[in-house]
Amino acid sequence: MSAERPSAQVEPLLQVSGLVKHFAVKRGLLIDREVDRVRAVDGVDLRVAPGETLGLVGESGCGKSTLCRTVLQLLKPTAGSVRFEGREIAGLSRREMRPLRPRMQMIFQDPYASLNPRKRVGQIVGDPLRIQRSASGAELRRRVRELLERVGLSSAHFDRFPHEFSGGQRQRIGIARALAPRPRLIVADEPVSALDVSIRAQIVNLLDDLQEEFGLTYVFVAHDIGIVRHVADRIAVMHEGRIVEEGPADRVCERPSHPYTRSLLAAVPIPDPRESRARRRAGAARS
Amino acid sequence: MSEALLAVRDLRVEFVTEGGPLRAVDGVSFDLSPGEVLAIVGESGSGKSVTAQTILGLTRSPNARIEGTASLRGEELLAASEAELRKVRGDRIAMVFQDPLTSLNPVRRVGDQIVEAIRAHRERIGRGEARGLTVEMLDSVGIPQPERRIDDYPHELSGGMRQRAMIAMALALDPEVLIADEPTTALDVTIQAQILDLLRRLNRERDLATVLISHDLGVVAEIADRVLVMYAGRVVEEGALDEIFYDPQHPYTWGLLGSLTRLDRERPERLPQIRGAPPSLLDLPAGCAFRPRCPHAFGRCTELPALETRGGETAGHRDRCWLTPGEKRESRAVGGRIALEEAR
Amino acid sequence: MARFAARRLLGMLLVLVAVTVIVFVIFNVIPSSDPAARIAGQRGATDPQLIANINREWGFDESLPVQYWRMMEKVFGGDLISYTTRQSVDEQIWEGVPATFSLCIGAAVIWLSLGVLFGYLSAVRAGGLTDRALTILALVGISMPVFWLAAIFLYYLTFKVELFPSGSYVPLTQNPLDWAYHLVLPWLTLAVIFVGFYSRVLRSNMLDAMHEDYVRTARAKGLSDRQVRTRHVLRNSLIPIVTLFGLDFGVVIGGGAILTESIFNLQGVGQYAAEAIENLDLPPIMAVTMFAAFFIVLFNALVDIAYAWLDPRIRLGGSAR
Repeated sequence: MSAERPSAQVEPLLQVSGLVKHFAVKRGLLIDREVDRVRAVDGVDLRVAPGETLGLVGESGCGKSTLCRTVLQLLKPTAGSVRFEGREIAGLSRREMRPLRPRMQMIFQDPYASLNPRKRVGQIVGDPLRIQRSASGAELRRRVRELLERVGLSSAHFDRFPHEFSGGQRQRIGIARALAPRPRLIVADEPVSALDVSIRAQIVNLLDDLQEEFGLTYVFVAHDIGIVRHVADRIAVMHEGRIVEEGPADRVCERPSHPYTRSLLAAVPIPDPRESRARRRAGAARS
Repeated sequence: MSEALLAVRDLRVEFVTEGGPLRAVDGVSFDLSPGEVLAIVGESGSGKSVTAQTILGLTRSPNARIEGTASLRGEELLAASEAELRKVRGDRIAMVFQDPLTSLNPVRRVGDQIVEAIRAHRERIGRGEARGLTVEMLDSVGIPQPERRIDDYPHELSGGMRQRAMIAMALALDPEVLIADEPTTALDVTIQAQILDLLRRLNRERDLATVLISHDLGVVAEIADRVLVMYAGRVVEEGALDEIFYDPQHPYTWGLLGSLTRLDRERPERLPQIRGAPPSLLDLPAGCAFRPRCPHAFGRCTELPALETRGGETAGHRDRCWLTPGEKRESRAVGGRIALEEAR
Repeated sequence: MARFAARRLLGMLLVLVAVTVIVFVIFNVIPSSDPAARIAGQRGATDPQLIANINREWGFDESLPVQYWRMMEKVFGGDLISYTTRQSVDEQIWEGVPATFSLCIGAAVIWLSLGVLFGYLSAVRAGGLTDRALTILALVGISMPVFWLAAIFLYYLTFKVELFPSGSYVPLTQNPLDWAYHLVLPWLTLAVIFVGFYSRVLRSNMLDAMHEDYVRTARAKGLSDRQVRTRHVLRNSLIPIVTLFGLDFGVVIGGGAILTESIFNLQGVGQYAAEAIENLDLPPIMAVTMFAAFFIVLFNALVDIAYAWLDPRIRLGGSAR
């Protein structure tokens, strides 16, 4: 997505090593004892350079959402290390994480569920600033209006409620909210999956523009490998809690090395009837 | 050209809502031939699901006004009584829905629900025989160990198996038409490929005419013979699969095709997008509903074009756009892609 | 499933123990609950020696934990004696059980059948005249306090017009017809509020269920409206009703019928408890509380088990994916 590839010598903005997140399955007669573990994230290594977009692809249940939340310390890691801006943040207490929160933000999948329906748009977008006490009063309102305009809404939308907006517009509100505290890293968890096809491109292009303008770093999570390939510089493929393949986006999509990646790519429907027929004929000829 | 199995003419569905009359479907017509796969493509508000459900009479209610005709081998459905329609549902026209987890009753066993469908139409079949038939059906859709799965509850099956079970239930009575409403949208891409394979196989083996509703042109390209593109309740373009993909005549179709990502091509600098959003059906613009979002709109577009062949090469390829064929060919190609706008 | 049941029953025992401790502590903390004074009666006010004797004889001078232990021994040994009436508490409870059970089971049958019937009709004819009428009826029923309703019944149906007897209980074995005749008003009094409540709950559940995707599938399969309504909508909507019923029934048997019994003078366990409370008589209170706690906790556990059986998604340890 960005014009230049970030140099490999630059210190990564986010570095994850051996990250593990297990959920205990408890059962017992009188007292719950752990009988099994759900290995949602089972040893993940990742690196994201500043200004880069890392695409994270996987199917449902592979652990990508859990990975996002654990990296951002919204869930406590079971083991492993997460370094953000060079500093170790895995296992930090909530109080210690507080000053870091503005710099790492998240955009969620469901634009209908991730906005508080009882709050006005201006309030929703302004909350991060209010909580961090980085602005207040007239200054806060001005910044919120600016953000609304920047994401393609109008500052007149300040006083409206979420239910008055379409899915694509709500997602823009979510983006504005994520931008408010001036983050360095944004983790976008399936930001366009719930949107209409004709709206997806708008949001993807918006994220692209914002990345250039604000120098953002993205971790872009999706199950649609086509969209991921478009936005990402590097792609990591996740399967059953592990990263099975990682590399430059074009390389992973054109010359995948891991069998799972290959099966994933082979399953993506080709929106081109002739190619699709040819592929099926070739597949039938092979068998 | 075989006679149409299912013929829909001028279907109009209007709902009375608090915000006023809502025209969900506005003059939709199509034919479905035996063994054909017809894809209806559209986004939210396009009316594709309402069209399908209306054919089976599932949208009948005191605040719905339904006009037009839909006939199965000449038998009129829209005006039929509930009793007559009940005989058609499941037996001659079957439907599969998007989310198999919510579309199956969660507190009843999967097998029981299939048996119920069978015995609703064939009263003489006893429970034992119906169960046997159910096991056969589950097997034919590729569910392993069907004699065990038959007693499972929906939540005990994986997403892909659940959808297969729904397809088994729909086909248990060997219907002539299958309507599949976004059958793979809720599934992972590898499972989606399997379900599409299954639908293709069933279409071939049973000569099963299929109406596939989807917003995903990739899925459509894999399985459809003909395509109907719907926008705001109207058909804006229809034609054979290759015609729609390689010679599209309507700007909305260009936009949909342009916004597709293709793994086998180089990625563009910027993803071509359609500006704006689908309109509210309560407040449609006069004339062509796509006008506010169309960069090629001009004066005449305030008048709604009829659905007819303009730039298409065959009579079956029709569209609703006033642009001349020459203008269309020029406007739709942008940077080697079929798109609407690439620049900001 | 078996493990789930075992867990619940084990938990039940622990709750019962906790209940007894709490009742005991409360009783010893309430002012003017000094049992020696109550036993001594009038003479105790003037004769401290009498109080001291009673304390020694009944064990009130021992430490609290010891007293608790002794009481539990008596409860399970079956020789709990009331402070005021000097009679065996166990016997009195045993005598009251037929009346209480007759009242509660009869009322339960009525409220369950009428509640489900009215709820079903309301849902099926939602928005229409039937629905509105039943809704009003339900809300009125919920709003009427039991004692007020009982008083109204007594006044109009036993006094003004001598349609029903004004109270007392006739054993079933003695005369079934008379038994029922005496219980009609108490049954109605107890059932009215539940009928109102259950019909509203069922109506609401059914209306929600009617919009569910699986109901659309059922119609698309070609099932008749009635088949869809009973096999899918009603069946799914009854599950929460069943669990609600279990909890309510446990509470009613345990002591929820206390007002109804007292007003209609049915001499059941509830009335016995009411009298004991008036006299601050600990042994009966303790025994009845345990009786009540037992049934409430038992039904709680049964309801949990039943719910897991009825709704397979709830079963712990299931292979849900």
